Amino acid sequence: MTRREVAITGIGVVSPGGIGVPEFWSLLTEGRTATRLVTSFDPAQFRSRIAAEADFDPAEHGLGPQEIQRMDRAAQFGVVTAREAVRRSGLDVSTVDPGRIAVSVGSAIGASIGLEEEYRVASDDGKLDLLDENYASKHLYNFFVPSSIVAEVAWAVGAEGHATMVSDGCTSGVDAVGYGCELIREGSADVVIAGGTDAPITPITLACFDAIKATTPRNDDPEHASRPFDASRNGFVLGEGAAMFALEDLEHARQRGAHIHAVISGFAGRCNAYHMTGLKTDGREMAEAIRVAMDEARVNPEDIQYINAHGSGTKQNDRHETAAFKRSLGEQAYRIPVSSIKSMIGHSLGAIGAIEVAASVLALEHDVLPPTANLHTPDPECDLDYIPVTAREQDTDTVLTVASGFGGFQSAMVLTAPGASR
Amino acid sequence: MKPSTVVTGIGVTAPNGLGTKAYWAATLEATSGIDRITRFDPSRYPARFAGEVPGFVAKEHLSSRLLPQTDHMTRLALVAADWAFADAGVQPDQLDGYDMSVVTASSAGGFEFGERELQALWSKGSKYVSAYQSFAWFYAVNTGQISIRNGMQGPSAALVSDHAGGLDAIGQARRQIRKGTPLALTGGVDGSISPYGWISHLASGRISTAETPDRAYLPFDAAASGYVPGEGGALFVLEEANAARKRGAEIYGEIAGYASTFDPRPGSGRPPALKRAITLALQDAGMAPQDIDVVFADAVAVPELDRLEAEAITEVFGPRGVPVTAPKTMTGRLYAGAAPLDVAAALLAIRDGVLPPTVHIEPDDGYQLDVVTGIRTTPPRSALVIARGYGGFNSAVVVRSAR
Repeated sequence: MTRREVAITGIGVVSPGGIGVPEFWSLLTEGRTATRLVTSFDPAQFRSRIAAEADFDPAEHGLGPQEIQRMDRAAQFGVVTAREAVRRSGLDVSTVDPGRIAVSVGSAIGASIGLEEEYRVASDDGKLDLLDENYASKHLYNFFVPSSIVAEVAWAVGAEGHATMVSDGCTSGVDAVGYGCELIREGSADVVIAGGTDAPITPITLACFDAIKATTPRNDDPEHASRPFDASRNGFVLGEGAAMFALEDLEHARQRGAHIHAVISGFAGRCNAYHMTGLKTDGREMAEAIRVAMDEARVNPEDIQYINAHGSGTKQNDRHETAAFKRSLGEQAYRIPVSSIKSMIGHSLGAIGAIEVAASVLALEHDVLPPTANLHTPDPECDLDYIPVTAREQDTDTVLTVASGFGGFQSAMVLTAPGASR
Repeated sequence: MKPSTVVTGIGVTAPNGLGTKAYWAATLEATSGIDRITRFDPSRYPARFAGEVPGFVAKEHLSSRLLPQTDHMTRLALVAADWAFADAGVQPDQLDGYDMSVVTASSAGGFEFGERELQALWSKGSKYVSAYQSFAWFYAVNTGQISIRNGMQGPSAALVSDHAGGLDAIGQARRQIRKGTPLALTGGVDGSISPYGWISHLASGRISTAETPDRAYLPFDAAASGYVPGEGGALFVLEEANAARKRGAEIYGEIAGYASTFDPRPGSGRPPALKRAITLALQDAGMAPQDIDVVFADAVAVPELDRLEAEAITEVFGPRGVPVTAPKTMTGRLYAGAAPLDVAAALLAIRDGVLPPTVHIEPDDGYQLDVVTGIRTTPPRSALVIARGYGGFNSAVVVRSAR
């Protein structure tokens, strides 16, 4: 029996510097950065005061006043990108049995803005140990359990199949897409709306990354603060956003004459079982995830033409990841162009893995590889081809995208062009 | 044919018993763990009862290094995982890391930990926020900590679908076993009995404000007025059946079926999706309704939700067509830990040939359910476990005797 293959037939993106797929892709291929000093609150007390914010007005994107009130920003991103993905897929969902449409949403920290705002009011900025429920929003439960985001997405697209949130820290976005693939392959869904969303730019998130010095303090140069693989990098820049996809059984997609952006041909995740935030320098578990994903995709290192890196811009990540590429791809690692779009749009935790899938798919489709912005002086220990500063045109049929997250999660996905012959 | 997935180890932390043995003994004796909240002073709130895990002293089980970086529910989970491994007779350090997966469910993460850090931030300033906040609160924390503690490096995940997530985690762990990972640790241990957690529960509008603990959680009773939140849950060691038999493991039962659906958008006029989840789980198990010996109900104790569940059960099994029970009336609803605890009860029921009771209730005849209100000694060979989550999540698992 041949296995069911999974096609990406629709994409939706909300990114810093680019709401919607065309704007997102322009930003990346022009190598512009969307990092800046935080504007959504006063960041004066924080060590790192930089973020990549999305200029997103929910009303402009079709959300009504009631939807806006009951949804956290992460849910708003999720719904808007899910709708965009379905619209772009050309899929008339009324022709599909709703029970065969599933939803898989990745998010690392869910409705954190809503949770923090409600906390402030109900505790009177922490003065009350026993919070006053009379000051809590009626929608507080939606912020308390992030699965409310999944419910909103399911309602938005009319899905009545399996629906869940995949929350694997910073690999959530790509893991949710991988989870969606599994649902199609095993036959429990024909269409899956899958992706990731996070809106973590809040005081508590800044504070928690300050506490472990994970984010960059380059407050005097926010536009150039995210510098993956550069010798001068000193931490990541927090971002926000979402990407969602319409995944379909490849045959289902072909039969309806859908435009197929890419085929998800392999996915694997492993854990380092080492430390909740630390990484070993050898990259062993990420390498294993890459190896298994390539195996599932039936490709060899020679076939990989581009790697969309996790590239967060912390010293430990960049070295860990470089080691993982060498360990899994051997000598080929030196040939394959690698880039980190976090250099432009920051690190949106549980969303970025899905946004990076979107960038990988667009790279396949347009035969353009997005660059690593702000990379001028490579770290000598990071000695691969990281596509510095300027996007590169290159015929591309097979792409690897990877993610690494707190909790020890390491994930890898292989995407191939629909017509690619191997 | 797909390989069969069996449960070889159980670890329980429940409000009516710490450890599988204590929990099961209390459950069969109809002893409830629901009482007035002790973790904070609940006097000012309209609801004051919860199911708190009794007698848990974290430092008796966990190193002093782990304590400052873990929420209460993570500590419970780490200990439940240890117990599940011990029960299975598996020493994780003797296995290859890639041969073990962890899939847990969460509802709100390490919420009490997060609440404390929010207070530090807003009452004192950002420099007072713990270096552990970045991972002690997030939803993946139990999966990550269990993976690290036991050297588990296989494909792992954390799933969030409110009270239904525990079954989704078991379903995902079974997928990993079917794809070739020899062992998976799965289930859910959860809890958010803290002031901010409490007002969040209250905001659901589903929490009972009854005046006595034995009147506070009465599913399928005409006096149903909401539920009682609890903490704890269960974790399991799952293995591929042949491999488990080969190493001589004691087998509790098989995870024979799983399915999950989502309800239609409110106001769409379309039928609710719970019945479909049940039917699909039975199909997945290759079983007919008459093959199921007992149903562990979701039992929210909100009249409208009880009615929907009763209708789904009677449509599949017929009026009073199958014994239905809700031992969670002795623990409260444990969020992501609720359904795993029911799966534990179902497996123990199969082992011991008894049906655990639903306590404190007088079933409303209108539901047409055969509710097990006292222990029954009709030995079950199979059970259906139902779980639903806020917003429309429906999941169902079928367990059956592996003998």
